Parts: sequence; structure tokens; C-alpha cells
Amino acid sequence: MIALLTRDLRLAVRAGGGFGLGLAFFLIVVTLVPFGVGPEGGVLARIAPGILWLGALLACLLSLDRIFALDFEDGSLDLLATAPIPLEGVVSVKAAAHWLTTGLPLVLAAPVFGVLLHLPQPAYFWLVVSLMLGTPALSVLGTFGAALTVGLKRGGLLLSLLVLPLYVPTLIFGAELVRRGANGMDTQVPLLMLAGITAACVAVVPFASAAAIRVNLR
Amino acid sequence: MSIWEYANPKKFMQTSSWALPFVTVGAVGCLAVGLFWGFFLTPEATNFGSTVKVIYVHVPSAMMAINIWVMMLVTSLIWLIRRHHVSALAAKAAAPIGMVMTLIALITGAIWGQPMWGTWWEWDPRLTSFLILFLFYLGYMALWEAIDNPDTAADLTGVLCLVGSVFALLSRYAVNFWNQGLHQGATLSLDKQENISDVYWFPLLLCIAGFVLLFVTLLLLRTRTEIRARRLKALEQRERMA
Repeated sequence: MIALLTRDLRLAVRAGGGFGLGLAFFLIVVTLVPFGVGPEGGVLARIAPGILWLGALLACLLSLDRIFALDFEDGSLDLLATAPIPLEGVVSVKAAAHWLTTGLPLVLAAPVFGVLLHLPQPAYFWLVVSLMLGTPALSVLGTFGAALTVGLKRGGLLLSLLVLPLYVPTLIFGAELVRRGANGMDTQVPLLMLAGITAACVAVVPFASAAAIRVNLR
Repeated sequence: MSIWEYANPKKFMQTSSWALPFVTVGAVGCLAVGLFWGFFLTPEATNFGSTVKVIYVHVPSAMMAINIWVMMLVTSLIWLIRRHHVSALAAKAAAPIGMVMTLIALITGAIWGQPMWGTWWEWDPRLTSFLILFLFYLGYMALWEAIDNPDTAADLTGVLCLVGSVFALLSRYAVNFWNQGLHQGATLSLDKQENISDVYWFPLLLCIAGFVLLFVTLLLLRTRTEIRARRLKALEQRERMA
């Protein structure tokens, strides 16, 4: 499994395109928002938590179709499916690799982008915490959408239509956590809900993804 | 005599062709009487004025929107567990009906919300969850359309339906937490305390029965069409082989 993880990480870093593209996309979203809503600091500060979460979510979505597509095309997914480790484990490793190459950089870059949007001082800590807790769920749910559409030639748009509704609960609790942190309100409820959703997704969704991949490999 | 007999397409076709006229007449009758009664023969409510009459379309369609998804969940489970093709085709046939019901509920809700709340749309928990349900219907139908192999499509949409059900429910509660609503509480419940008065209750009941029968009619029709399309495909394939 570790070999698979390092292989996926190496591919993501060296094959070009995927790694860093998500970050650049995130930066563009954050740059475009003030053009859309005007440069006043008060407005930006109020919507900053939501924009940062949305930007991270969309940047994550951008790289989802790469999770299985290349391995499906060159046949290595068939090898992985017949390998001694269970397919659920393969899916989990793939999700972890996706999170390390897109989720984690987003988490680390988000505070910097927060400065651009005048994010209030107390919110930075909660921004990092919420993204750190929430982005694994985005990656794992993404594997499910990628697994459903892996056999399709042009699955990109369909993938977003399938995955985005699944992101609703994570987005709600994640953005709410940052908003409450920014206003100095009680953060325990959204924090626990977000952690719970992520834990449940990481535990259960790989089974659904693996089932979908088995169907597609049949 | 058990429900599993209808897993046989031939048996299903026989029974449904026999039942179809009855449910059609029933649906038309219930809807005609219920809507006419509701629209023209009930008094105007004190708080709502004549806008209360939207209820005869709004409430039944909203109920059906949720129940059709539950029905799709059950038929998807039957397909995934017992591999009955009729079941998968019934789920496929039900999805567009459910989507339209959701749309009707949203639109009539907007028409009702405009005079009552002074706005066409409000990010109220119930409204928002219905919008999310609508998106789930769209995704489900799009996945059916996108995949060529019917068995693969049935499997994948079945899995999507299971996962989607969990997340639709989760979104419902997440949205509740996210914003407090304008929407009134439940109109109907089994304990009589909360119910609306009988004057509105009986025509509403008729309308609900009409919507259920309408759904059954459309579902049977569409499933029969799907079965015939599948047979046609099989025949064409056989022709090409020969």
C-alpha cells in the first residue's frame, strides 16, 4: 500500500499538470471574487469564509477525474483490482494521495489567500482547522464520483454534477465553522459535525467507490 | 402468489396492461374531483386568502417527490441484491417523474411564497433541501443517460441512489442547522391535533390519492416502454448475429 502511495505521489508530482494546478485555480477564484463583488473590505471580510471554502472545493473538484482515469486507460487499475490488497484499500490509498497532492497544499495556502480577502484575525486558526478536517472528506467523496464515471469518455461535467451535491453537508459545516470562528461564537457544534462527516466518509465511502470500480471493470 | 412473480417481464406486462386502464381512470377521476372541489368549492382561509388553494398541488407533489426517491431506493436495492431487471427499469422510469414532481413543488411553492412571504425564493431549509433533491434527481438521470451498457448503468445508478439517499438526508439536517426557516411545519400528521380543518382536508386527501395514482399510471407506462425498448434491442442484436 505504501508502494502504491509513493507511486501515486510521484506520478502526481512528475507527470505535470495536476500538481499545483489546483492551487493556481484556487488563487484565480480568490482573485476574481473582488472583481465581482467590489473591493470594499467589509463585504469581502464577511464573505471570505464562504469564498475560501468554495474555492478550495472547486480546486479539489478540478483534479478528481485524474484519480482513476489514467490507471483505467493503461490497464493498471485491472492489476490493482486483482492485487492481493482489497480494492477498498486501493481506493483509500488513492484518496490519500489525492488529498496529499491537492487537499494539503490548499489547506496550507488558504491563510495566505485569506489575507487577500481581509479575513478577520480570529478566523485564520479556524480556517486551517476546518479545511484540514474537511478536505479529506472531499477527496474521499471525489473517489466515489471518479469511480462512477471512470468508464466514460467525457465524464468531467457529469462528475461535477454527481459529486457537488454530495459536498453540501461538508461545505455547510466547514464554512459555518470559519464564520463562527470569525465572529467569536461557539464553534463546538460545527467542529464536531464536520469531524463526524469526514470520519464517516473515510470509513464508508471507499466501499461504495470500490463497488463502482468493480462494475466498471467487469 | 408473491411480489417476486413480477420480476418476470412477461408476467409484469400482462398484469400491468390489465391494471393500466383502472389506475388511469382512477387518477383522472381523483384529480378532477379533488382539484375542482379544492379550487372552487372550499372557502378562503382567514390568514391565506385564496392563495391557500395552491396547497392542492403543492403538498401532493412535494410528498410524491420524496416518496418517489424512496421507491427508487427500494427498487435499486432489489436490483442490486436480487438482479431483477424489471426493478432496475422501474427505478429508471421513476426518476424523471420524481424530478418533475420536485420541480412542480418548487414552482408552486414560489407562487405561494410570493404573496405570503413577499418573495419568490428564500433560502429556507425545506426549500433548499428540495433544490438539493432536484440536483440528485438530475445527477441520477444524467448517469443513466451517459452509460451505454444497461447492466452497468443499472448497477452504477443503484449505488449512486444508495449513497445519494444518505447524503440527501444528511443535507436535510445540515441545512436545518445552517438557516432557520420561514416554512410552516407539517400540514398533515396522523395525530389529528395539528391537522388543517376538514373542509380543506378531504379535497386534499383526494388530490393526494390522485397524485399517487397518476404516478402509478406514469410509472407503469414508462416501465412498459422501457421493457419494450429492451426487447427491441435484444431482437435487433439477434438479427445482426444471424
